[in-house]
Amino acid sequence: MSATSMNVTASEGAWELPSRGKVGMICLIVAESAIFTIFIVAYIYYIGKSLSGPTPREVLKIPVVGTACLLSSSLTMHWAIAALRKSKTGLFRLFWFVTLALGAIFIVGTALEWRHMIYQDNFTIQTNLFGTTYYSLVGLHASHVIVGLIGLTTVMILALLGKVKSEHTERCEVFSLYWHFVDAVWVVVFTTVYIIGR
Amino acid sequence: MASEAVPLTVHKSPLAVVYEWLGTADHKKIGLMYIVYALLFLVVMGIEAVLMRIQLTHANSTFLSPQVFNRLFTLHGTTGVFFVAMPILIGFGNYLVPLMIGARDMAYPRLNAFGFWMTAFGGLLLYGSFFEGTSITQAGAAPDFGWFAYAPLTSTAFSAGHTADYWNLSILLGGVGSIASGINFVATVLTMRCPGMTLSKMPLLAWMNMVLGGLILVTISPLTAAQLMLMGDRYLGSHFFDTTAGGSVVMWMHFFWIFGHPEVYVLIIPCFAFISEVVPVFSRKAIFGYPAMVAATVCIGFVSLGVWAHHMFTVGMPSYGNAFFVLTTMVVAVPTGIKIFNWLATLWGGRIRFATPMMFAVGFLFQFLIGGLTGITLATAPFDWQLGNSYFVVAHFHYVIVGGIMFSIFAAFYYWFPKMTGRMLDETLGKWHFWLFLIGFHLTFDSLHIPGLLGMPRRIYTYEAGRGWEIWNMIASIGVIFQGIAVLIFVYNMIKSYVAGKPAGNDPWDAWTLEWATTSPPPEYNFAVVPEVRSRRPLWDIKHPEDPDWKYE
Repeated sequence: MSATSMNVTASEGAWELPSRGKVGMICLIVAESAIFTIFIVAYIYYIGKSLSGPTPREVLKIPVVGTACLLSSSLTMHWAIAALRKSKTGLFRLFWFVTLALGAIFIVGTALEWRHMIYQDNFTIQTNLFGTTYYSLVGLHASHVIVGLIGLTTVMILALLGKVKSEHTERCEVFSLYWHFVDAVWVVVFTTVYIIGR
Repeated sequence: MASEAVPLTVHKSPLAVVYEWLGTADHKKIGLMYIVYALLFLVVMGIEAVLMRIQLTHANSTFLSPQVFNRLFTLHGTTGVFFVAMPILIGFGNYLVPLMIGARDMAYPRLNAFGFWMTAFGGLLLYGSFFEGTSITQAGAAPDFGWFAYAPLTSTAFSAGHTADYWNLSILLGGVGSIASGINFVATVLTMRCPGMTLSKMPLLAWMNMVLGGLILVTISPLTAAQLMLMGDRYLGSHFFDTTAGGSVVMWMHFFWIFGHPEVYVLIIPCFAFISEVVPVFSRKAIFGYPAMVAATVCIGFVSLGVWAHHMFTVGMPSYGNAFFVLTTMVVAVPTGIKIFNWLATLWGGRIRFATPMMFAVGFLFQFLIGGLTGITLATAPFDWQLGNSYFVVAHFHYVIVGGIMFSIFAAFYYWFPKMTGRMLDETLGKWHFWLFLIGFHLTFDSLHIPGLLGMPRRIYTYEAGRGWEIWNMIASIGVIFQGIAVLIFVYNMIKSYVAGKPAGNDPWDAWTLEWATTSPPPEYNFAVVPEVRSRRPLWDIKHPEDPDWKYE
């Protein structure tokens, strides 16, 4: 018996399956969301339970610029991919670079914020429960941004070498899902840390 | 045609063979490595169990010190869940899913290899702490806080040395490996199916492995997060589970069990998959209620996410919390019951062949049912207040794990070993294996319910005479001898059959799913021609062109 005899005479239309890359990335996002959920639950549960200072209101400054940059980077990412789909590689490179720059501004902003807290306010992960949950949650998100920046930089270098063409749109799109996820998580983290928790 | 191919006997140097396996991204080789790796750890955890049963055979025993006993039950539990059950089931899934959906490989072969090696090194790390101590009896030789590692036992104050760090890293790595497999299972089933295989025509094994993959994503991740927190507490001085800084140890319990209970379903769903393939083939009938089976599996996946705190009734919760978790736990029994009735209805009126896989499958049906029923009794909060943390609980979950999961894994071995090696396992030895294991299992785990009801707590290293516990513990330990001999027969059977077993041919069981359409063992490329299917039983359609299934589905 051979596999060929299984051939169907009248096959109903073309056989289409979902994109492998997108399904895989969505799965990764589901798993990452579960990790973030646990850290956010811990954050919310420990709000106001610290036995000693400082309190969130004393040390936290709302990162307006960083947040605006990170959220708008999703939009530029979207435009970059739309440009690539239409084979406008110059425009793609421009928007991709802007995305990278906006992400970098965000992470530099976080770094400066942390530097100020650690050296001026003497507020570290060991200080109290607020420090524990704050640095771990924001740090978890920041590490995801850094991974995203590494990916963005890799594609940027390839794009500058002229290696990224419109047939790579789907791959860039799969990567963009990750970046959009990192942005969306920031909305939740921001709400938790700077609005509910402050 | 592929099945007629002349075997090419190219002589390879041993080093080349090692490289081939170390560097492989082939789903069948990775699947086999998972299975062999898990079997090695099964021996390790078995030896740990034997040592503990020797210690508990009679009252006031001094065979093991209390410290060693604590390490043994910690390693036994951790090894069993993370490095025996998970890898063996993921291994079977890896081997079978691409074959059953007519694919060349998993969706991400290299991610698959990555997942295996993470799990493999995770398992080795768990035993890494031995290399720091000079012997198992020395302080700091191995983790000793139980497999669920309740805070604050894992804090630096109570776990000096590095045992907790090895445990922590080992679970973290194993978890990353499992998440990689979870992503791969979902992506493979959704995007790699052969033409014609719509979701409603997939074999149930593929369906259940997809649900397993999805469940892994939302189940193992919380554990990974909790391990990161524990690592922070131990290394960075954070205070997640530190009560002296206002932290909560109950939070660890919640985070652990939000992993821990769905994990039970991560382990049992692939077993449902094995049973759903074995029972129809040996009853000579199509599975009864295919859509209900799929719906029940998905339903179990969702409901299992909302039951975790039934592990925490004795910790104390508000009455609404108790009521909620009692109800959700009871609700899980509904889809599980649907499955049991579907298997029974498949058996009903079938021409049943009692080959070894079927015997283990029938053993599974009975024992899983009983294990499930003691689970429902324990889900009743007031009953749990009496019996929480007793040997009744130990007996209950071993009934599910050994009587359910192990039996279905044995069924899977006898059923798919011919496909994996090209040779049949010996039926006579298989029946010896079945009966001895069955007797040993019941001697051990039926007995253990009773000292539990009489108040024997779990995890005690010894007990006083005169409480009525001795006889049951003695019987339980005698049962271990039977189980041990049965497992040795199984190992002997595998070696003997691998070398000189009856050649299996492509389709020794006259089965209906695609893995039996290719050679045994399958070639690297699985199928010479991509198969196309029109029904849930593509091989039936080929064998019975006058009466194919697709006319009725």
